[in-house]
Amino acid sequence: MTHDLAIIGAGPAGMAAAVEARAHGLSVLVVDENAAPGGQVFRAAEAAAGDPAVAPELAPGLQLIAAFRASGADHRAATTLWHLDPDDGLLSLSDANGVAEARARRILLATGALERPVPIPGWTLPGVMTAGAAQILLKSAGAVPAGATVLAGQGPLVWLLAVQLARAGAPPLVLETRSTAISVALPRGGLWAGRRLLAKGLALMAEARRRGVRVVRGVRGLRAEGGSRVERIVWYGGSAPCDTLLLHEGVIPQTHVSRAIGLDHAWDAAQACWRPVLDGFGASSHDRIAIAGDGAGIGGWEAAVASGRLAGLDAARRLDALDRAGFAARAAAPLAARHAALALRPFLDALYAPPASVLAPPDDVIACRCEEVTAGAIRAAARLGATGPNQMKAYLRCGMGPCQGRMCAPTVAALIAEARGVPPEAVAPLRPRAPYKPLTVGLLAGSAESGQQPAQ
Amino acid sequence: MFRARPDARPATVEVLVEGVPVMVPQGASAAAAVLLAGLPAIRETPVTGSPRLPLCMMGVCFDCLAEIDGVPNRQACMVPVAPGMRIARQHGARVARP
Repeated sequence: MTHDLAIIGAGPAGMAAAVEARAHGLSVLVVDENAAPGGQVFRAAEAAAGDPAVAPELAPGLQLIAAFRASGADHRAATTLWHLDPDDGLLSLSDANGVAEARARRILLATGALERPVPIPGWTLPGVMTAGAAQILLKSAGAVPAGATVLAGQGPLVWLLAVQLARAGAPPLVLETRSTAISVALPRGGLWAGRRLLAKGLALMAEARRRGVRVVRGVRGLRAEGGSRVERIVWYGGSAPCDTLLLHEGVIPQTHVSRAIGLDHAWDAAQACWRPVLDGFGASSHDRIAIAGDGAGIGGWEAAVASGRLAGLDAARRLDALDRAGFAARAAAPLAARHAALALRPFLDALYAPPASVLAPPDDVIACRCEEVTAGAIRAAARLGATGPNQMKAYLRCGMGPCQGRMCAPTVAALIAEARGVPPEAVAPLRPRAPYKPLTVGLLAGSAESGQQPAQ
Repeated sequence: MFRARPDARPATVEVLVEGVPVMVPQGASAAAAVLLAGLPAIRETPVTGSPRLPLCMMGVCFDCLAEIDGVPNRQACMVPVAPGMRIARQHGARVARP
């Protein structure tokens, strides 16, 4: 059967798009890798709603999750998209039972964000994780780091996680790496229009203080040290014992699939990342594919919900389930909501701009964790003639390990740009290849066998 | 090393981490079980054999590759625990099996 709309990802954008599209009678397939809807921001929200450490921040997601579950969308949980043919509208899926195919007239990528890689010396040591990883452990398992916990980096998630860990009885030492003065970010404006989000952020910082979270500001030169695991965090002018180190330098769009299928992308200098080129309703450079949520550029979950609704409406309009007047009437509210949700973003982007040493780390730091390639080796290969991450695969295997460049590609590109003395947008991003996630030969073979059986 | 908070999320599922029974909450991943069990590493890398534990917990980094119920190279952070699940460390490069 062919669905009207297939949505990849059941986070805020994907769920909102599904609810909107179903409201206009479209048949909707939602593919999501996780066992429960919510994405990362509302990860395990239903199961964790009773945990006081995370409940206040998960509460806004419960209504959306309930609406999504009641929407009648065909929700395939714990299912991975491993190939997408945009011309034919063909999705290749895998789950614990095997592989399957699905077809859709329109496809929405709502794959969200991933944390920007934070390559510092020692970041491959066991015990070093991302801040988001610790938050996922808290939401999905109620677990917290044991022993001395250090949360190093910058951005809204640092303050949110510090508060949540403190509520859970495991307050971290926060090493804030912010290097941009507030006075430098202020001219970006948006503080009045974004005052509600600003107030939420300030309240989190106040709660962190009230709960006794220790904060060191203006931290530079972070270095994780230890033998078989992290034991110590060192920075210019200080050090502390450390059993778990949580790193965070903001988030970037998850563009693995949108790059793999060859959509147009543009460099976003304010967020130091590539983002797909879209119209105001999420339509991409391919006439069947739309993108909504943080995968289209970082905006946070409220903007993601609004852009998901807009993409759902646009799908209904394109598939003749909604006329022009109905579309205009329904789109007004999410357009206004998205505008309000994005008001503070330019200020946040400027205030929490990642330092140059995170984008292009020193020579001795491992940039590609899978193949264990240092920044110095990548710079040397760039000087030898590797012009971009796609060429670098042949030189050093970066991007050819199991993560397929998800972790290293931004770093590799930044190092090449630096070594060649060109701006970051002059280095074409890595082009991922299918299968987007590894799958066993057995799964493929099983599907071939079942394909040869007569229908029961 | 992570610790559970049984008051918030009771541990109700028993899995075997390197053959040792560990109780973890419903909804936790196999990678979470490894962290709760306190293993020093979930795998050793194919290139230098250096130890790794999960980094991202959301299916991006592939540092949590482990052998789950006899199948190697599984993303342990993407596999929810089930009663009796066997989770084992992965050592270096994968070995071909007959």
